[in-house]
Amino acid sequence: MSQQTQTRTAGDVSVSRPVRGRARGSDKARAEARLGWYLAGPAFVILVAVTGYPILQALYESLFSYRLTAPADRAFVGLKNYGVILTDSLWWSALLNTAMITVVTVAVELVIGFALAMVMHKVLGWLRPIVRTAILIPYAVITVVSAYAWQYAFGLTTGFMNAVLGLDDFDVFANKWSALAVICLSEIWKTTPFISLLLLAGLAQVPSDMTEAAKVDGATAWERLWRVTLPNMKASIMVALLFRALDAFRIFDNVYIMTNGAAGTETVSSLAYNQTISRLEIGLGSAVSVLLFVCVLAICFIAIKVFKVDLARARGEG
Amino acid sequence: MSTKEKAAWYVGALVIVLYAIVPVVYIVSMSFKSEGALAEKTFFPTTATGANYSGIFAGNGSDLFLPALRNSIITCLIATFIAVVLAMFAAYAIARLDFPGKRLVLTSALAVAVFPVITMVTPLFNLWRQVGLYDTIPGLIIPYLALTLPISIWTMSAFFRGIPWDMEQAAQVDGATSWQAFRKVIVPLAAPGVFTTAIIAFFIAWNDFVFGISLTSTSRAQPVPAALSSFTGSSYFVQPTGAISAAAVIVTIPVVVLALVFQRRIVAGLTNGAVKG
Repeated sequence: MSQQTQTRTAGDVSVSRPVRGRARGSDKARAEARLGWYLAGPAFVILVAVTGYPILQALYESLFSYRLTAPADRAFVGLKNYGVILTDSLWWSALLNTAMITVVTVAVELVIGFALAMVMHKVLGWLRPIVRTAILIPYAVITVVSAYAWQYAFGLTTGFMNAVLGLDDFDVFANKWSALAVICLSEIWKTTPFISLLLLAGLAQVPSDMTEAAKVDGATAWERLWRVTLPNMKASIMVALLFRALDAFRIFDNVYIMTNGAAGTETVSSLAYNQTISRLEIGLGSAVSVLLFVCVLAICFIAIKVFKVDLARARGEG
Repeated sequence: MSTKEKAAWYVGALVIVLYAIVPVVYIVSMSFKSEGALAEKTFFPTTATGANYSGIFAGNGSDLFLPALRNSIITCLIATFIAVVLAMFAAYAIARLDFPGKRLVLTSALAVAVFPVITMVTPLFNLWRQVGLYDTIPGLIIPYLALTLPISIWTMSAFFRGIPWDMEQAAQVDGATSWQAFRKVIVPLAAPGVFTTAIIAFFIAWNDFVFGISLTSTSRAQPVPAALSSFTGSSYFVQPTGAISAAAVIVTIPVVVLALVFQRRIVAGLTNGAVKG
């Protein structure tokens, strides 16, 4: 807040400076372009190298039958690995699990996150900083720790949740659906604060005179929410939705800690990990990684085309 | 707002606070339970013991935990430092200069941010073993840059865009050299943004698990989150629940304290640029 005010007052005393759009090709513009790349270049090169190389390497490795335990048997097999994966029920169950976790957690987080944002928006006085501080705790706790907390809470030998829920000695993590439910709970607990902070910032941008006007016109609270508040927050809702969906689709830590893919809870990420690192099946593991990458690209593509999210704009560029 | 309405919002606030702290309180309470008390399946321990903490700091868990804590601190600090310095230059260029490819830099940062980390693991696992970076601290720092650079570039360029760059020229008109003007005017305005970015980048590196368990295998480089998952109990049949809980509390405390102390800035950093279209 204070930063913004500062910015504005400071801007008023500024002297004019040549604005953008000066003739290109002039020495000055060339010098500026060169300086720009000197400054931004290192970060750009690292970004491209640390992700560009692995994806190309994964594409290449995925065309080989290659086990680390038998490196001599390495052979080019073309697209056979993809065929093996795409005809295996394990892949489809992992994909379905991942899709389900994504849809469930993002939907629940949007609702809870919005409720939390509303409370933070409305609560005033001494309570406000406390709430805003508390909400950052799940954000700061590392995912692995939160996974352990939830695992112990539902654990058969340690947890209190079975007693609370009246489940006796039902092993939550031995059953696919209950295990997935706890994985979702943990994911939701950890990441809802992020969504609610984005939504809170969105709420702050809804012009209050519009809600007031709607109130004067006799709109109910519900109508004001659906007709005025939510449409005005569309940009921040879309950003929160897309970023969380991409994040949830890559879910790994929670699954690894709680079940490591047992009881049919494998996700796409844990499948890729288990193929590569545990079974040392580099070829198959790479193919799963490439498929995961394709899925993430597809989510981005759908978000941009169908929901018309302009990410660059939404993230503040321009 | 009526009193009744107000009360409802206050109850809501209480619910939020409970929501945020209950799992944390639970893991703290687990960390004080003795091996026998774990079987009681209660939320709070009936008798508290510090055995789990002495176990990971001085007992048989210390061989695993202490090096891991050191590895985590070193790796995350270096990765944060490199990411923030590089991102600062990039963000300065993006906010201040007009150069072709500016959008490309921002778009690739975004693309890297949504890149599935697991996809990087297979090739890096292979390459690192060939070039000798497997199970080393630099071998973790490099992939951590893929996690920390994108968000650092985005957060800082959002901050830097809000800086009135013209002030530095105003100072020059008043007789300051350009370096003086930059140092005395721009640096103090940019510092909070740089600092906030550093905290957020550190959080992200500290939270990493995938690289930690795939690219390291021994206490040479293994960070705490990965070490937690390889704890063993006092015998093969005993689950190391207490030791894991204690170690979990130790890695949680510093970041939670950071989050609480700098909450205003972190909230600004996380939401800055995300919603201002």
